[in-house]
Amino acid sequence: MTPSLRTENLTIRFGGHAAVNGVTCAFAPGELTVIVGPNGAGKTTWFNLVSGQLRPTEGRIFKDDTDITGLSPSARAGMGIGRAFQLTSLFPKLSVEENVRLAVQARSGAGFRIFSRASTLTGLRDEAREFLRKTRLEQVATLPASALPHGDQRKLEVAMLMAMQPDIYMFDEPTAGMSVDEAPAILDLVAEIKKDNSKTILLVEHKMDVVRALADRIVVLHNGELIADGKPDEVMALPLVRQIYLGVGQEEAA
Amino acid sequence: MTSQTRPNDTVSAPAMSRARVGRMIVYGAVGLVGLALLFAPFLFPDVRSQEVAARICVFVVLVASYDLLLGYTGIVSFAHTMFFGLGAYGTAIALKNMGPGADAILLGGGAGVLAALVLALLIGMLSLRVKAIFFAMVTLAAASVMMVLASQLSQFTGGEDGMTYQVPRIFSPAYKLLTDADGKTLRLFDVALNGKIALYYFVFLSSLILFLVMARIVASPLGTVLEAIRENELRAEAIGYKVVVYRTAIFCIAAVIAALAGILRAMWLKYTGPEVALSFAIMIDILLMVVIGGMGTLVGAVIGVVIMSLAQFYLRDLMEIAAEATSAIPLLPDLLNPERWLLWLGVLFILLVYFFPAGIAGTLMGKGGAK
Repeated sequence: MTPSLRTENLTIRFGGHAAVNGVTCAFAPGELTVIVGPNGAGKTTWFNLVSGQLRPTEGRIFKDDTDITGLSPSARAGMGIGRAFQLTSLFPKLSVEENVRLAVQARSGAGFRIFSRASTLTGLRDEAREFLRKTRLEQVATLPASALPHGDQRKLEVAMLMAMQPDIYMFDEPTAGMSVDEAPAILDLVAEIKKDNSKTILLVEHKMDVVRALADRIVVLHNGELIADGKPDEVMALPLVRQIYLGVGQEEAA
Repeated sequence: MTSQTRPNDTVSAPAMSRARVGRMIVYGAVGLVGLALLFAPFLFPDVRSQEVAARICVFVVLVASYDLLLGYTGIVSFAHTMFFGLGAYGTAIALKNMGPGADAILLGGGAGVLAALVLALLIGMLSLRVKAIFFAMVTLAAASVMMVLASQLSQFTGGEDGMTYQVPRIFSPAYKLLTDADGKTLRLFDVALNGKIALYYFVFLSSLILFLVMARIVASPLGTVLEAIRENELRAEAIGYKVVVYRTAIFCIAAVIAALAGILRAMWLKYTGPEVALSFAIMIDILLMVVIGGMGTLVGAVIGVVIMSLAQFYLRDLMEIAAEATSAIPLLPDLLNPERWLLWLGVLFILLVYFFPAGIAGTLMGKGGAK
């Protein structure tokens, strides 16, 4: 099967420091990959390279065998690469519904319709409501995004990503800063996307115990390099991974 | 309290209802202004009030189009009077050289609007991808060049003196719009229905249409994208909007609307010069009006323009009255001397900004682009 996403020798250097160093890997549709590694391992940087916020020093990125290395973030989003951010990145003064509607609208290409009929707008709005219902945010649809508590803001991040309906979902620590009670709601949403079996899902997550059941595959980054890639049980059994990763896990648990 | 209740509901409920009352006040005030402008020739028939009313109409369009940039999209530009001036000068030069006719207005105004569009496109494409501060500098440079050109090419523009010209006959005070039985200009409520009235309503209706077009833009999907770009440019790009393209588009739209307002200004005044159509003083007025009215609200433009225009035209009269009334008291008449009107205008601005940090409409409605 053609991989839906592939990076080839992907490298970025900031001065002399290689934040991501020669990462080559491919991801198939229907596959959920959890990307782990200690802080500073290059996970978010690798995400930024794939979604286009950063340009690589070396290497290439392919979406369905199309080279997208030189494309802008908006062009990549248009090709079906969707991204949720680790540090919640919303439109704070716009309402929750408008936040989601913007994502719906970007996909449907209605952004430039100045004199669109009200019914078109209602269509966009209904679709946005649908994603709010899925993420259980309909109650707060009219509030400005900045008024939401942290957990709901994280849900809104996910709702916006879902509304983009990408082929490739990139979640950057979707449960960061959430309580143990709140985290499952987000992971349920991820699980629902996975049911589709046609989407590629990439998930950066520290709480290994919570995502382990979802993961088809684990990729370990360390100092910008890919050091392990395989089935969850195999990867987690590797001595190097136990040393690097579980060390971090224990610190967090403490 | 049920388990469904969120902590924010209790906090935001009074804020929401306050915003609703505020919105009613703002829309009520704007509606009143609209009615006053609609009946201005009959309510305030003296010449000075006519000037104020027409100026308010034109500036509402100019300031609202600037709000599309500053308030909605977060673009800081100092070139807005340049586009305004292009419309005004295009119309003025054509009227002067071709004589007073509709063809001159269409040709000259059209050329001015086209020039504004092309310039906006060039500036936008070349520099809207750079940082906001650099873009502001580029617009400042462009506006300065345009002012030097207007002053130096005096054989076309009249230089610093500007130029006067005639407008089509239907808009001249001598034209009888309607005649009574004796063949004289028909009077309605004691107001002569002459060409001046026709010109006022041309300005009023054109301004109204342009304002409604802008209201439609901000309520459309495009309007939400512009706000999204202001709020979080990176995220807007990440969900699939080409930010540079949207910024350039709204910069061009605002430039064209400003140029159209310039045409109205040139037609109403029958005079165009740097002072009325191109100077930085106008740019500063526009900025103050947007900030006082409320950025990112559009209706704030109406409130800002009305307050500023009334203050600029009538504060001196008011102070003269106040100075006379207090002439028996020491010091006060000196403070209230009409020559110190700019001081009091400054005090008024400071008070407005202090009590309405997001502008009058922005603060009352609980929204707006001010941080």
